[in-house]
Amino acid sequence: MPVKKPPLLALLLGLIPFAAMCFSVALWDRIDPIILGIPFNLAWLLCWIVLTTLCLWAALRVSAAREKNDDGAS
Amino acid sequence: MSSSAVSMAMIIGIVGLGVAIGFLAGVRRKMNLEQWTVGGRGFGAVLMFLLMAGEIYTTFSFLGASGWAYSRGGPTLYILAYVTLGYVVSFFILPEIWEVGRKYRLQTQSDFFNMRYGNKYLAAFVCVVGVTFMIPYLQLQITGLGIIVNVASFDGIGRTPAMVISVVLLAAFVFASGVRAVAWISVLKDVLMVFAALSVGIGIPYIHYGGIGPMFSALAEARPAHLTMPGATANLGHTWYISTVLMTSLGFTMWPHAFGATFTAKSGDTLRRNAVVMPLYTITLAFIFFVGFTAVLVVPGLPDGDLALLTIARQSFPAWLLGVIGGAGALTAMVPASILMLTAATLFTKNLYRPLFAPAMTDDQVAKMARTMVVVLSVISLYLATHSSATLVSLLILGYAGVSQFFPGVVLGLFWKRVAMPGVFAGLVAGVGTVAFLVLTHQDPFLGWSAGFLALCLNFLITAILSLLTPAILPQQQTQNLTKPNERAIA
Repeated sequence: MPVKKPPLLALLLGLIPFAAMCFSVALWDRIDPIILGIPFNLAWLLCWIVLTTLCLWAALRVSAAREKNDDGAS
Repeated sequence: MSSSAVSMAMIIGIVGLGVAIGFLAGVRRKMNLEQWTVGGRGFGAVLMFLLMAGEIYTTFSFLGASGWAYSRGGPTLYILAYVTLGYVVSFFILPEIWEVGRKYRLQTQSDFFNMRYGNKYLAAFVCVVGVTFMIPYLQLQITGLGIIVNVASFDGIGRTPAMVISVVLLAAFVFASGVRAVAWISVLKDVLMVFAALSVGIGIPYIHYGGIGPMFSALAEARPAHLTMPGATANLGHTWYISTVLMTSLGFTMWPHAFGATFTAKSGDTLRRNAVVMPLYTITLAFIFFVGFTAVLVVPGLPDGDLALLTIARQSFPAWLLGVIGGAGALTAMVPASILMLTAATLFTKNLYRPLFAPAMTDDQVAKMARTMVVVLSVISLYLATHSSATLVSLLILGYAGVSQFFPGVVLGLFWKRVAMPGVFAGLVAGVGTVAFLVLTHQDPFLGWSAGFLALCLNFLITAILSLLTPAILPQQQTQNLTKPNERAIA
């Protein structure tokens, strides 16, 4: 029953947002510099929401490429 | 017309429109169990997107997030991180859950545990834990509805009668329709929610400070500590942030209703694409934060932070606009509450009552009893909502602490051959026990760590160790454990 594990590259792409939005909180949790009127911590997170979508989009391409290869092989 | 009549008329109009859309969507289909719970398993990307958005953006994000920005400050930022990271986790596991669900015709989370571990007591326990921790989430929605009606009626309708009215309406609605109706109401709800979020998030700071930037400068000047962690709290610092974000983002897909919604998708790829786009929707939450931060200096000293958004909206906007915002808020409570009730009622009947007490029940009887359960659940959560003073956010964190305990059983079950029933069962019991103990003795956060996260670590450890100690099952025995393969695939 266990299913195929996701490709390693896709997993690494998924880890990037965790590093940026979670583990590194001590590095970016401050008010200055204010960006477009928004405190730095809030601006950082908003920026990473967009970058997360990019990471996942790349992971989607990686997964799709692997499925294509698998189909070709079988 | 008085202000309260105008705003209440708007709310009633919007909710009425929502209910009408719901009934129209449900009326032409024969409601058997499969239709009522998983919508016949044929939701494409659009409906799926709507259903998922309908579940995530709840009263919690509307009133709770602004309430915490107002009363706690910096720690509220955890919400932006956990929702986004929750989608990252869902990208990797939901398509796999969907695949297994299609293969073995699963409808619920308990079905998954039953199929993977072949033990009906584990499945029943999963069901009990799931339903128990959905109750604070349901309670949260009902409290939110009460606040909306109370503030929008300019205190003309008390909070308790407002909650009673909301619950009756909600139960009637869920009773008559099913998951498809809920997905369609989400259309109206989402349009209104984005409109409401932008109008309050931009309008309110503009009215009081001339813009979002000046609002933050004023707050940074007057209360600089409020904008970073631990904000206005003593114990919600960086350790709490990391442990809570991890616990909630892993728990994100473990809600029984989110798990169940997975099975309504047409393909695993639909779910993957959804996970790519959904984080962008989280940006609207920032606008809700802006309102909470504005309220800090404009309406200081509110007894309950969850009142902040509506109180400042009432002060800043004409009555009709307050009504539209209230109506959007009411739908953001009703849509998720319907999904929660639907899932909890089906789970209880199909995965707890039938297998343990009445194996002879037909699917039609299950559907009938599930509808009765909707009424029971409504009464329980109404009772809790009228007797509790917890903030909306802390109710949600409590729910997450519970449901995130399913994560080891689900994820190891999907990706690790060796994981075995005794380990999963013991881990789950230990995890839920730890959560119950720490929460009931008021020790969450425990030494700065989120209680749910500590419980999850213990749970993982026990699951992994006991699984390694359990002798590996031979392949032919394992196939025997997998009940009922997909009849459709054979046909």
